[in-house]
Amino acid sequence: MEMADFFHIMPVSKPSVGAVGKTGTWRVFKPIIDHEKCTRCGLCWIYCPDESIELKEDDTPKINYDFCKGCGICSDVCPVKAIKMEAEEIG
Amino acid sequence: MSAVRNLGLTKERFLLPGHSACHGCGLAINLKIVLKVLGKRTILVIPACCSSVIQGPYPKVAFKVPTMNIAFASTGAAISGVSRALKIRGIEDVFVVGWAGDGGTVDIGIQALSGAAERGENILYICYDNQAYMNTGIQRSGSTPYGAWTTTTPIVGKKQFPKDLPLIMAAHRIPYVATASLGYLADMIRKLRKAKEIKGPRYIHLLSPCPVGWRHDSAHTVRIAKLAVDTWAWPLYEVENGRVKVTVKPKRKPLKEYISLQGRFKRLTDGEIKLMEEEVIRRYEMLLKMEKSGIEF
Amino acid sequence: MAKWEMMTGNKAAAVGAKLARVQVIPAYPITPQTTIVEYLSKFVEQGELKAEFIRVESEHSAMAACIGAAAGGARAFTATSSHGLLLMTEMVFWAAGARLPIGMAVVNRALAPPWNIHVEHTDSHSQRDSGFIQFYAKDNQEVLDTIILMYKVAEDERVLLPAMICLDGFILSHTYMPVEIPDQEDVDLFLPPYEPKGFLLDPEEPLTYGSLTLPEHYMEMRYDIQRSIESARDLILKYSKEYEEIFGRYHGGLLELYKVEDADYLLISMGTLGEEAKVAADTLRREGIKAGAVRVRVFRPFPTETFVNTVSEKKALIVVERHLSLGGIGGALGTELKALLYGKTDVPIFNYVTGLGGRDTTYIDLAKIVKHSIKTGRPKDNYMWYNLKMG
Ligand SMILES: Cc1ncc(C[n+]2csc(CCOP(=O)(O)OP(=O)(O)O)c2C)c(N)n1
Ligand code: SF4
Ligand code: SF4
Ligand SMILES: [Mg+2]
Repeated sequence: MEMADFFHIMPVSKPSVGAVGKTGTWRVFKPIIDHEKCTRCGLCWIYCPDESIELKEDDTPKINYDFCKGCGICSDVCPVKAIKMEAEEIG
Repeated sequence: MSAVRNLGLTKERFLLPGHSACHGCGLAINLKIVLKVLGKRTILVIPACCSSVIQGPYPKVAFKVPTMNIAFASTGAAISGVSRALKIRGIEDVFVVGWAGDGGTVDIGIQALSGAAERGENILYICYDNQAYMNTGIQRSGSTPYGAWTTTTPIVGKKQFPKDLPLIMAAHRIPYVATASLGYLADMIRKLRKAKEIKGPRYIHLLSPCPVGWRHDSAHTVRIAKLAVDTWAWPLYEVENGRVKVTVKPKRKPLKEYISLQGRFKRLTDGEIKLMEEEVIRRYEMLLKMEKSGIEF
Repeated sequence: MAKWEMMTGNKAAAVGAKLARVQVIPAYPITPQTTIVEYLSKFVEQGELKAEFIRVESEHSAMAACIGAAAGGARAFTATSSHGLLLMTEMVFWAAGARLPIGMAVVNRALAPPWNIHVEHTDSHSQRDSGFIQFYAKDNQEVLDTIILMYKVAEDERVLLPAMICLDGFILSHTYMPVEIPDQEDVDLFLPPYEPKGFLLDPEEPLTYGSLTLPEHYMEMRYDIQRSIESARDLILKYSKEYEEIFGRYHGGLLELYKVEDADYLLISMGTLGEEAKVAADTLRREGIKAGAVRVRVFRPFPTETFVNTVSEKKALIVVERHLSLGGIGGALGTELKALLYGKTDVPIFNYVTGLGGRDTTYIDLAKIVKHSIKTGRPKDNYMWYNLKMG
C-alpha cells in the first residue's frame, strides 16, 4: 500500500466560530445597549460567557446577535444600567 | 478609561463564540479569562467534564489553543507527560495547563494530581469548581457544599462539608496555590499572572457558578461569584512557598445574601443555614490565623 | 560491534527501550515487571539514556503520562503486568483511540484473587480489543529486537497506533539468556529519532484532540483504526525482513513456523510455550508422529492469510494456551483461530487450556496433548483442560 493512497480519519477538530452553530437562536431575551448611557468600561465585554460582545477600536461594545444567548450577564454587570433585556419576538 | 482596560487583557479570543455552554455559564467566563491571560502558547488538557462538551462536536471546536481531551481520572498524569515531552524537546515557553472540574479534581482525579504535585512537575492545574458533577446532570461531588440539593442528594441535601482541596494542595508544599473568583477579576488575573511566572506545580481553584446546577438566574453568575467572596463562603487566598495570604478581606455579609439567590439551597432550614454560616466563619478565620501567625506549610 | 551479554528478559526489555531512544518513561513497579523500571531509571540517572523518567503513582497514570508525552512530541515507553495492566485499561484504549505510537512491555502474569505472580496470558488478552499491536516473545533476544521493531511499525504513517511486547513472567522476565546487543548506530539507522507524524500538541496549530464525536462520524474513526492495524501486518513482515538484513535475526514475522511443511499435526501456541512446542515436535517425530509447531508472534493484528495458508491441509491443529475466557468457549487463540478457519477448512481444531497461574508446562506435556488429540480423532468439547488436578 502506497502512502499516496492513504489517509487517516483522526479524532482531530479545528477551531471554528460557531462550532455548534449560531447560538443566537437559543435567545429568549435580547440585550440592547443604550450607547448614550454606555461609558465603555468593558465589563460586559469581559464577562460575556459567549464572547458575543466585541469592543471596537474606541471600546464601544457591539453585540454579536448571531451568538449571544441572552443570558443577561452583560445587563447585570453594567454599572450604569446601559443594557436592557427585552423579550425576543417569537417567530 | 475603564477598570477593565487597566487589567490589560487581550481582545484576541481563544474561546470562540458558538460554543455549547449553557446560558450564563461560569466556566465559560473563567476559561475565557484564563486563556486571555495565558495567551496563545498554552496547551490545555481536559478530562471528562462540561468543558469537554462545550467545545462542540467534531470536526469543529470552539477552543483556539491546542487541546487534548483525556480520561476523567488522568489529568495530573497527562499534563506531567506533556510537560516532560516539552522539556526533553527543549521547548520552554509553552504553558501546560490541566483544566478540570471539581469532580475530576477533588474526587476521581485527586491521585494523579497529588502525584504530579509531589513529583514537582512543571504544570499549572486549574480546577473550575461548579461544586457538582454537572456534565452528568448535577450529582454530588466532594466539593459540593453542605446543604446543597443535587440529583444524588435530592431530598435532604448534602450532609457533609466539602473537601478543602486548595489546602490539601498547599500541604504538598508546591510553589503556588490560589483560590479565585470571577467576581474579583483583578485578584483573579493577578493570581493567574503570578502563576504564569512560576516554575513547578501550580494549583488554582476557581469558583465557577453554574446557573443550571445551582438553580440561579443566568444573569446572576457574576453577582453570585462576588457574593460568595463577600459572605466569606469563598475565601480568596494564596499560598506562596508555603505562606498563606488572604488576598481579599471583605466586610462579611450575611450568608443568606449568597444562598438565597440559588435554588439549590432553597430547602435549607434556618438551623442548617446557621450551621453553614458558622463553618464559613470558622474557615475564614482559620485562614486569617494562618496568615497572621506566618506559619509555613 | 554488537556485543553479547547474559541477561534477563526484563533487562532485554530495558536495553531494547534504551536502544530505541525512548524519551519519556512513566512507569510504576509490579512483580514481575519491576526490574525493567529499575534498569531504566538507572540508565537515565547514569546518563546512558537521555530521557525523562516519571515515577508515577499508578499504572493508570503511567499510560496517561505516556499519552501526554506522545502527544507532546516524545517517544514514550512504559512497562507493566497483570493488575497494573488492568488498572491501566482505560488509558490503554485511550492511547489507541488517540492514535499515539506508544511502546509498552507487558510481563504476563495471572490475576488475583488468589494472588499469583506467575505467567498467564489473561492480562494481555484482556486488552486485545484496545487497538494496541500485540507481540508475544519466545526468548529474551526477541524481547529486545521486538521493542525496536515495534516502534518502527507503530510510528509508520500508515499505522499510528501503540504497540506492546508481551513476555512470559519469570520464564523470560527473570531467566538469564545470552542476548546480542546491537550497536546504537545501527539501531539509529533502522529507527531514527522520533518525529511525530500524527497527533501533536502544537501552539502553532491549535487543534483539539478527542472532542465529542457524534454517531455520524465515530464509526469511521474506528474503521480507520482497524484499517491501520491491519496495514501493520504487511509492515511487520517488511520491517522484520529489514531488521534481519541489518541485524541478522528474524523471529518469524507474524507466525514462527517450525517443521510445518510436511507435518500432519500442528501445535499452535504463544510465548514460551512456542519454544516447548518445537521440542515436542521433535520428540513426536522421533516416535513417528509428524508434528510441527506454529508460534503466534503477533496476536494483534491477528495473522489471517498466513494462518489459513499454513494450517488448512493438516490432519489436526492443537492449540495450547495459558488462557481461558471464563464462561467462554476456550482460550483467546483457540476461539479466534476457529472463527478464522470456519468455512475455509475442515481441519479439526483442539483447544487445550493449561499452565494457568504459572503451572509448569513442558514439551513432555505438549507431546502428551498431541497424542491425546490423535486418539480423540475429532474434538468433542469446545476446549479441554490439561493437567487439572481434581479429586
Ligand atoms: C471513569 C469515568 N467515570 C465516570 C464518567 C462520567 N462522567 C463524565 S463527566 C462527569 C462529571 C464531571 O464533573 P466535574 O469534574 O465536576 O466537571 P463538570 O461536569 O461539573 O464541569 C462524570 C461523572 C467518566 N467520563 N469517566
Ligand atoms: S446577554 Fe449574555 S450572551 Fe448575550 S451579549 Fe450579554 S452577556 Fe453575552
Ligand atoms: S451545566 Fe453549568 S458548568 Fe456545565 S455548561 Fe451548563 S452552566 Fe456551564
Ligand atoms: Mg463540577
